Amino acid sequence: MGLKILTEHINVPGIETLEVYRKHGGYKSVEKAIKTMTPDEVVEEVKTSGLRGRGGAGFPTGMKWSFLAKPEGVPRYLVCNADESEPGTFKDRWFMEKNPHALIEGMITSSFALGANTSYIYIRGELLFVLRILEKAIAEAYAAGLLGKNILGSGYDLDLHVAPGGGAYICGEETALLESLEGKRGNPRNKPPFPAVKGLFQCPTVVNNVETISAVPWIVNNGGAEYAKIGIGRSTGTKLISASGNINKPGVYEIELGVPVEEFIYSEEYCGGIWKGKQLKAVVPGGSSVPILPAELILKTAAGEPRLMSYESLSDGGFVSGSMLGSGAFIVFDEDQCIVRNTWNYARFYHHESCGQCSPCREGTGWMERVLHRIEYGHGHQQDIDLLVSVAKQIEGNTICPLGDAAAWPVAAAIRHFRHEFEWHINNPQEATAPGAVYRGQPAAVTA
Amino acid sequence: MAETINEVKFSDAAMAEIQRYISHYPEGRQKSALLPILHIAQAEFGGWVSPEVMDKIAEILNIQPIEVYEVATFYTMFNLKPVGKHVLEVCRTGPCCLRGAEQMIDMLKQKLNIEEGETSADGMFTLKPVECLASCGSGPMLQVRETFYENLDSEERVDAFIAHMRSLEPETPTWAK
Repeated sequence: MGLKILTEHINVPGIETLEVYRKHGGYKSVEKAIKTMTPDEVVEEVKTSGLRGRGGAGFPTGMKWSFLAKPEGVPRYLVCNADESEPGTFKDRWFMEKNPHALIEGMITSSFALGANTSYIYIRGELLFVLRILEKAIAEAYAAGLLGKNILGSGYDLDLHVAPGGGAYICGEETALLESLEGKRGNPRNKPPFPAVKGLFQCPTVVNNVETISAVPWIVNNGGAEYAKIGIGRSTGTKLISASGNINKPGVYEIELGVPVEEFIYSEEYCGGIWKGKQLKAVVPGGSSVPILPAELILKTAAGEPRLMSYESLSDGGFVSGSMLGSGAFIVFDEDQCIVRNTWNYARFYHHESCGQCSPCREGTGWMERVLHRIEYGHGHQQDIDLLVSVAKQIEGNTICPLGDAAAWPVAAAIRHFRHEFEWHINNPQEATAPGAVYRGQPAAVTA
Repeated sequence: MAETINEVKFSDAAMAEIQRYISHYPEGRQKSALLPILHIAQAEFGGWVSPEVMDKIAEILNIQPIEVYEVATFYTMFNLKPVGKHVLEVCRTGPCCLRGAEQMIDMLKQKLNIEEGETSADGMFTLKPVECLASCGSGPMLQVRETFYENLDSEERVDAFIAHMRSLEPETPTWAK
């Protein structure tokens, strides 16, 4: 069994209660940080740990924290991004539902480090049942003097609230999230100013993912240097992976970063292999927005090295032959899945979720959905593949927020690696639209 | 001819919950509670929010009605038209489709005799397709109010789910209990 930092006690009966959570060492980091460390010392430990944002971008957390502006007399905020909406991602929901105090402990310790006296957990509205679990746990923490005025007699005050969204993928983008938290439409803001300078209520704000914040207590308890020893290279620590699709054991797995992809897919400890005895066709390793890779490129890099579950190894080869770790949403496709249909499904998703603020994204996602729809349903034109590539290119990099890129990448990657499959659909519409029809030829060769 | 418009009145429990959310935000930032209040309103008034309900929310928050409309229309969870007793929010996104979401949706359509977005003739069910609900490891799945129904991957399970829902009253949120 690999090392478990976040999930060591997750299956202990009653761990969702303060009493059991404390019995297993819970809230130690709050005492240690508040009573024996300065806020800057906590920030330093997080920097030393090499912890990177677990929501998808992988930006170093300690560095993000050190950018926080600290003007005199202006409140600062910590906001937890629990909007988990990236297709394929369900780790945060699972984690909060099972072990709410772990996130709350992370919020208190992190808020202390940042000098925040009010913090928010913004959770997607579909997870109101998780909001109730968090609110119950927060009430317990208040009653135990771990939240509120003068925490543990230290003079440090913190209020923690949970706020629900209303159903909008875009609110996982941090500035859209802040707009939503202020009771507005989730339109991303222009940057700069960055949230670290002008965030929630125009005050300096840090926005971190659930899993990122939940890793902070271990780092404070054991030291950043210890955390940095776990993992591989600049991918330090452990990561929660949401494994879904055509595998025997879908679910959330905590891995030490650096586990070989092949082991992750086939070992009994993790996914347990492809279901129904079928063959692996492809994997989207980091959530719907990252490039899909065919079986041979997910198991080995273009150079023939074993591919590892780490930020660096999954992106080895750039977008030509690599992908991204992203949010750790590992979506597995068996040999009977149609790449065209899946790409159309994702394109529909991004079209549906585009906030409409930037024309390239608002219009481009619609174009991609419609063109993919006609290919899938047997009405594709010869020039459609190039048209899709062209539209994707015109969206990428031309929008306020990364939703445009997130919409363009999966389409571009599907064509890059499975072009033959798109051509087959266009050239053989009758065959391709027959019930259960799937292209059985070779994927396109990888060209540098 | 004068029309009588029923005055929108939140229950005491709902008002207490609304005030609790408003208290989470700094002075002058009460509008921040808008999304939580829309959820409360939807649970309170039969699963949807009417223009009258939105006007009432604007009054409570001391903001313009348009500020409520523009938010309620942006977020997909808020139903702006009357819905059935149970709104089935079915996940149609990629990862669930790999495990049979399209077949589940087809079964629901056929068994309830409705298309996506429609309400059954007996007013019992509304079928609402939604995007990824963060339950990809247990798809195909759907949500009804605050409950996830997961692994609906066979006709037996879909039938059992429908029978279960027919016997159920809409879920009451914890604050109203």
